[in-house]
This record gives sequence, C-alpha cells and structure tokens, in this order.
Amino acid sequence: MIDPTRSTAVHLLAQMSSGEVSAEEITRAYVDRAERLNPTLNVFLHRDVQKALDQAKAVDARRAAGDSLGPLAGIPVAIKDVLCTLGEPTTCGSRMLKSFRPPYDATVISKLRAADAVIVGKTNMDEFAMGSSTENSAYGPTRNPWDTTRIPGGSSGGSAVAVAADLAPISLGSDTGGSIRQPAALCGIVGLKPSYGRVSRYGLIAFASSLDQVGPFSHDLADTALLLGVIAGRDPMDSTSVDTPVPDYLGTLDTPPPSLRVGIVREYFGEGLDPEIEAAVREAVRVYEAAGATVREVSLPHSKYGGPAYYLVAPAECSSNLSRYDGTIFGHRAEDFSARTPEEESIPPLIRMMMASRAEGFGPEVKRRIMLGTFALSAGYADQYYNQALKVRRLIRNDFDNAFKDVDVLIGPTTPTAAFKLGEKTSDPLAMYLSDIYTITTNLAGIPGLSIPCGMTKSGLPIGLQLMAPAFAEETLLRTARVFEKATDWHSRRPGLS
Amino acid sequence: MDYTIIIGLEVHVQLLTESKMFSACGTDFGLPPNTQTDPVSLGMPGTLPVMNRKAFDLALKTAVALGAEIAAFTKWDRKNYYYPDLPKNYQISQYDLPFSRGGSIPIPVRKDGGGSRVRLTRVHLEEDTGKLTHGTGGFSEVDLNRAGIPLLEIVTEPDIRTVADAKGCLEELRLTLRYLGVSDCEMQEGSLRCDANINLHIPHEGRTVATPIVEIKNLNSFRSVERALQYEAERQYEKWKRDGLTIHDAHKETRGWNDPEGVTKPQRQKETAADYRYFPEPDLVPVEVDEPWIARIRATIGELPTERRQRFESDFGLSAYDANVLVEQGEEVADYFDAVVKATGEAKLASNWIQQDVLRIAKETKVSLAEFPVGAEGLADLINRVKRKELNTNQGREVLAKMIETGEPVDAVIAAGGYGMVSDQGEIVAAIEAAIAANPKAMDDLKGGKKKPEAVKGFLRGQVMKQTGGKADPALVSELLDAKLAELIG
Repeated sequence: MIDPTRSTAVHLLAQMSSGEVSAEEITRAYVDRAERLNPTLNVFLHRDVQKALDQAKAVDARRAAGDSLGPLAGIPVAIKDVLCTLGEPTTCGSRMLKSFRPPYDATVISKLRAADAVIVGKTNMDEFAMGSSTENSAYGPTRNPWDTTRIPGGSSGGSAVAVAADLAPISLGSDTGGSIRQPAALCGIVGLKPSYGRVSRYGLIAFASSLDQVGPFSHDLADTALLLGVIAGRDPMDSTSVDTPVPDYLGTLDTPPPSLRVGIVREYFGEGLDPEIEAAVREAVRVYEAAGATVREVSLPHSKYGGPAYYLVAPAECSSNLSRYDGTIFGHRAEDFSARTPEEESIPPLIRMMMASRAEGFGPEVKRRIMLGTFALSAGYADQYYNQALKVRRLIRNDFDNAFKDVDVLIGPTTPTAAFKLGEKTSDPLAMYLSDIYTITTNLAGIPGLSIPCGMTKSGLPIGLQLMAPAFAEETLLRTARVFEKATDWHSRRPGLS
Repeated sequence: MDYTIIIGLEVHVQLLTESKMFSACGTDFGLPPNTQTDPVSLGMPGTLPVMNRKAFDLALKTAVALGAEIAAFTKWDRKNYYYPDLPKNYQISQYDLPFSRGGSIPIPVRKDGGGSRVRLTRVHLEEDTGKLTHGTGGFSEVDLNRAGIPLLEIVTEPDIRTVADAKGCLEELRLTLRYLGVSDCEMQEGSLRCDANINLHIPHEGRTVATPIVEIKNLNSFRSVERALQYEAERQYEKWKRDGLTIHDAHKETRGWNDPEGVTKPQRQKETAADYRYFPEPDLVPVEVDEPWIARIRATIGELPTERRQRFESDFGLSAYDANVLVEQGEEVADYFDAVVKATGEAKLASNWIQQDVLRIAKETKVSLAEFPVGAEGLADLINRVKRKELNTNQGREVLAKMIETGEPVDAVIAAGGYGMVSDQGEIVAAIEAAIAANPKAMDDLKGGKKKPEAVKGFLRGQVMKQTGGKADPALVSELLDAKLAELIG
C-alpha cells in the first residue's frame, strides 16, 4: 500500500511506470482515505468506488499487456459537480439538479477519459458556482483541512479540499470570478484559471458564460501543467474555445522564462488586505528579485470598478442561464403549486408551478443573483447597469493590455484574507463578495490567473500568491511561477489531518 | 370606403437545413414528437450552441436576393421569456445588429393593381421554438422537434396599401424563397408564418386620423391573410365611427384570426409588458461577413421571378399579365414554358397553349405539372405541327386531349385518329361549292342584306369544315370562300 500523502500525479505516474505501484493500489489508497476523511470534510457529493477501481484495474491490465496509455493513466481525479458526467449525478450543488444525470460527458471529462484518468468522485461546491466559501451548497459546507472550523473557499471548495487533503492528487474546478484561485489559496495548493477559450466549456453547467472557465487544482506546478495539457484545446462543441496551439506545458516548465519582468499591482495593496498576506506577497517579490527578476510597480486604475462590473455582468448572464430550471423539462418540480394567496389564484397553474419549483429548488444566494441580474437587464435599467458594466469591462481589459506592455506577469495576493470561519460571512453577502476582489478582474479580461502557495499565517493558514499573464500565455505564467516554487517549499506543506 | 389601409408584414420562414440552427440534431417534419432533439436543442445544462453555417448561408442568400444590405459584423442576442415551448427560456435571436437591413419585395402586376415594391426593415436569423398542443384532459403537450430549427424573420415597412397587395407581396416572397431553394414555404406545415400589422388612415375634418395598430396572428393560409385583413380593416373603421379612438388613445393590440368564424379576436399576451431583457449571447461568437463571402453566395443565386417576368416580356414579347401568369405559379410552370419556347420558337403560341390548355386541364384534373402526362417536349411537338399546318388549332386541341387521356405521343394519336389538315385547293373549292349549293337561303340572306355578311360567311365556313371532317386549313377555307362569294355576288 502506498501513502498518498506528499504524492503528486507526476510522481505517481513515474512510480506506476517503474512498477513500484499499480493503478489499483493508488486508487484504493485515495478511495480509502476519502472514506475516512469525507465524513469530516464533506468533499464528495457522489462517488462510485467500484467504477473507479474498475477503471484503475483496466489501466493496469493494459499496462501489463504493453498497450499505450494516456498521459493520466491510473491517476485519480476529482471533479467539481458542475461538470457533466455521463449517467452520473451532476447536481451543481443545488437541490434543483438533485436528480439530474446528464446523457453526455463534458468535453473535459471526455478528455480525461481519453487520457485514462480515473474519476474518483464529484465534489461539493457553492450552488451553481455562486459563492466563495462552499457554504452555499444544498448539501452542506465543505471544511478546510487546515482548520475544520473554517471554510475552504469557493465555489470549487470540494475540488480544492480533495487535493489539499489528499483525497485525490489532482482535481478540476471552475472559475468565474476566482472560484479556483481563491480556494486554492485558502487550502494551500495550486489553482489555475486558464485564459477564456483555452479549455472547452461544453458540459460545464453555466453560471456566467462569458467568464466561466474550467481549470486544474494540484499540489505543484508540474501537475498543473500536466492536467492543463490534457484539458486544453479547441472544441468544435464550444464556439468560444480558441484554436491556438496547446504547448507542451510540462516539457517546458523547468526552463526559466526568457525574460522575467514582474509587475506588482499597486491597487492590490490597499485597504482591506490582511498585513500577514501582504507580508507574504512582499516576501515573494523578494524571492523573484533574488532570482534576477526586474520588478516594477504597475497600475490597473480601473480595478476598483471590477467588483461592481462583475456583480452586474455575472448575475445578468446567470439570470438568463438559470432560467431553464423551471420544473417544466428538467430540474426540480414542486409537488404543491397551489395558490398561496388570493392574488396567486389569478396566476395560471403553469406559472405557479414554475414559481414554486424555483422557490424550492434554488438557495438564497442563487435567488439573490438571479434577481440582481434580471434587474440589471431590465428595460430602462440596462443602460445604467449592464451596458455600463460592459464598458467598465473594456476599460479593465485595456488596463491589463497596458500593464503587459512593460511586464511579462503581474503578481499580487490571491485573497485579502486567509480562510475565515464557517458562518462568519454568510449573513453579509457584500463581505463575502470582497474575498474575490483580486481575482475577478482576470475573468473580466479573459486572461489566465494562477494561485500558488506562498506562506502561512501565524495561526497556520495557507496564503496564496496570484500571478497573471496575457491571454494564452499560460506557458509563461507556469514557468514564471515555477521560479518561485523551486526557490521555496510552501507547496509541499500538508495539513496535519489524522 | 373613404380611408387608406396601412399594412406591414412580419414573416417567419423555416430554412431548409439538415440540422438545426445551433446543433447537429435533425430537422425532419412530421416525425413523432420529441424525436428530433438532442441535448443542445433541449437546452440541457452545460450544452452550448454552435452556429450552423449552412443556415447562415441560406439566410445570406435570401437577404442578398431581396436586395438587402448585408452587415459586415453581426452578433447573436438572447431574448429572454418564460414559455414551455422554449427549452432554455430564452431564444437565440438577433436584436440590435441583424445580419441584414433594407431590401424590398416587388408586388407583381395584377389586372386590379400591384406593380409597387414593399421595403424591408430588416431580415434576421433566429432559432424556432417548440410547439404546444393543447390536448385532452386540460393538459398541454410540448413537442420540441421544431425547437432550434433555423428561422428567418423578415419584417416589412408599413408600405402596403391594399389587401390584395398584401397577399401579392406574400406570394411573391414565397415564390422567391422557393426559387432560391431556401425554404419549402408551406403555410399549413408552419414553414412559412405571417403576422400582419394593420391600421387605417381616415380623412376627417381636414386632417388624417390614424386608428390604433392591430397585430393579427394565427394566419395559416394565404386566404386567411386576405380575409383577416379585409375583416380587420372594416372592423377598425366601424369601431372608429363608434368610439373615435385613435393611435394616440390605445396601445398596439394583438388579435388572433378565427378562420371558421371569419373574425379577429383579442389575444391574451404572453407577458403583460414585453421586456425580453435582450443581451449579447455569450456562448456564440459574432459573425463577420466579408465581400468574398457575399460574392460566393451571390453566385449561387439563379434567375429570380422578377427577372424572369422581365425576360418573358422583353425577349418573348409577352404582356406583363401573361408573363406573371406563367411565373407566379412556380418554377415548374415557367420552366415548362421556357422549354416549349426553346423547342418551337413560338412564345405567344406556347403561352396560349399552356395557359388555355395545359394549366386549365392540370387544374381541372388536380395534377401538378410534374405529373402532367404531356411534357414540354410533347407540347412543343404538337405546336410545331400546328405551326407547319399539319393540324389546325381545333385538331391540335383534340390531339392534346387524346394525348393526356392515353398518354400516347403525338404521332400515335394522329395516326390513330386520322388527323391531318386538308390544304388541297381543289378539294376545298369543291366543298365550298357544295356548301353554297346546299344552302340557297344563306345566299339569299347575303344578297338581300338580311344578315350581316360575316355571320353568313361564318355559317358557310362551318359547313365547309363539316364537309371536310374538320380537316380543312381554316385560313385557306376563309380565303377561298371570300373569293368564291366575290365571284358569285360581284
């Protein structure tokens, strides 16, 4: 039996190919660990252990037969429950989709299967990926393995904890405003939001279509590069996926980037940033300087409008994307939709059914954003809100374009604070929204963003460093981050779970 | 009728594509409910639309043929509303940047009018919705076979001034779309749907008063378009006389045409106030149309109905009316005509034969021209024989009737019926003399001026034809009869 603690996908692949361990043993070890820890952490919403073990055994059999194997052969992967998996529950963390079993795989899932990965389970998340703590799940919160009284971040909290707590070496999440990077930072692991269009969104249940992107979680950048290489690329089923070549991210990872010009975003060091986080990020800057980087301060002057713009664009799109969940064709259907008030009696039964189904099926945060978005798009308000937000979005994009004229990557904190306590911000949506303040602008601009571990607070909570690069410069982003990873050992820290 | 009718049309046309507008799913009509669906057209979670380029090409072809201006940049928008025939509860459509603006539809010349053009506001592309059937037991059933079929929306300016012109415009549009091969335009099957906006301009106390605009829906045939508009014009006039309400006093009203009752009735709106919350569809990329693309599309457009009418008039010397009769009935008829003209060099003769015989008989026997037993070659053969005076016109008619009846070619029918024209002068003169001798009263009438000479001549010509078994060359009979009578009477 192997102990998955401290292992990574790249390491496990090497061990399998040298015959030290079998795929079945690996899957068994992770599955057993999940069996033990899941009741505490609440990572998985759905697992099919037998199916996972069968997949692993099949890899072993093919390896024994000398067949060629995919790049993730025998590697357990946890999947955020926002991604459709053929015939398996895909709930999106919502009561609305409690019984939904898609008749198709998301493109990224097809790619994982083609790479011979072993899918070990579907992970918990904020309902429809809306939230920053995984407390908005209809299936209970996921807990941070570094301190189980704290949140793991969100919305991809389950996938982040799956990796952080070694219930899987790698996992997939989705990031609309920080939903990969923020939980990665709060759980002490690596999380990448690729450029918009780098990875297919087909089969990713939409929150905000123009911002959503699928990306990897892992312990180190080698695994990030490996997994990104598998899932990236143009998909004819997604018109917004882009046909730019997918470089060999893993092959070039250890080659230092040809130029190392690092920009520090002035606006990311203002009010609200925890001093411990700031200190860790400043220390990271010194690590880069020591590695020979030229560091300069840059400005993203419209950053402060990022939050307001994001909370108009994302809810607007979500109000439309989620309108299909009305109990008519699919989604939760209310059993009782009788008129509750005399006024409701004049409403046709069909409309009452839709109203009751949506009232029961969605949680409060989803409803809040649907209402916000519906309002922002309404006649007479669209110019003031939605269209204004689109203008801001262009300004933010221009800010980044200007900044990248002088630097190759931008660095800053991923989050303003470390992981907070469960329940601490649930009654204050605005405070919750602020935890994505440094991550949302990359989604608005469509550029890649990466969070890597860069320190620990005095109370033992992880701190994340965010790196950003121009669109489709993931290779530069990973190689630049690798300079820091090589010089430090934050990425090898593991929570002290029993 | 002291008012002007103002009409504008909004036409929806399903494009003939093998797959839907934004998915690979099939589009066949008439299959069991919900069998022409896939995860994308059902709007299932996580699915994404991908534009059908063939549909876009057909849309471009239509707009180019209608003389519209093609936008260099066009995008998709979501039109949001809750309705069970709309699986996503939004329709992918085009809002502020449609792929085409302007253009026009000509109204063909009729005996009672026509001849103008109706300007187009815009043409845009969208996905069709599903279909609701309000079935038994108080339940409504949803069929999503239609959901996602490419749908072209063609909106005209309110340029139409008569009900007949509205029908003419719609018919010309259908004809053009069929010529282009972009749609089968079957109103009964719903591949062509038309809504009409109508109000009246009434001269009143030295100014013009406009009645409130009404949108008429549920027009399922050309006949219902005509009847509904006629009804609605009269209804609005009577209503105005009663209540005097004008366009400034009332909102636009939607009324449905009730065909059995022959009336329009107020329709309940889908929503109290339409706020579709349009915004750009983030799942699709904008489309940029360049000149080479338009040129490629233009090259696929053949001769259109208007051009064909003009050719029939200018090249063949047909009247506008005759040219229209041959063109308005579809490509089949005009192709048939073109083929007959090509084989005979006789446009007017061909036009007469086709209009007076072929189309009449086809209509009577309820067969299409494709099923008509005498093809263009057969008719051309017959016309050539008449032209060569092997047959006279009446014989030709009989031969054609026998050809249709027996399905035999011209030769066989002539041989079997013993047709052939008598052009022998001696034989005809003998018959004339015999006819005169047998009818002394006719000669008396002629001499005494009791009857008009033409009447008497007609009678005698008939007698001669009778004697020759209908085979005499009628022109020769007239000529020789005139000579004979001149000789006898002096």
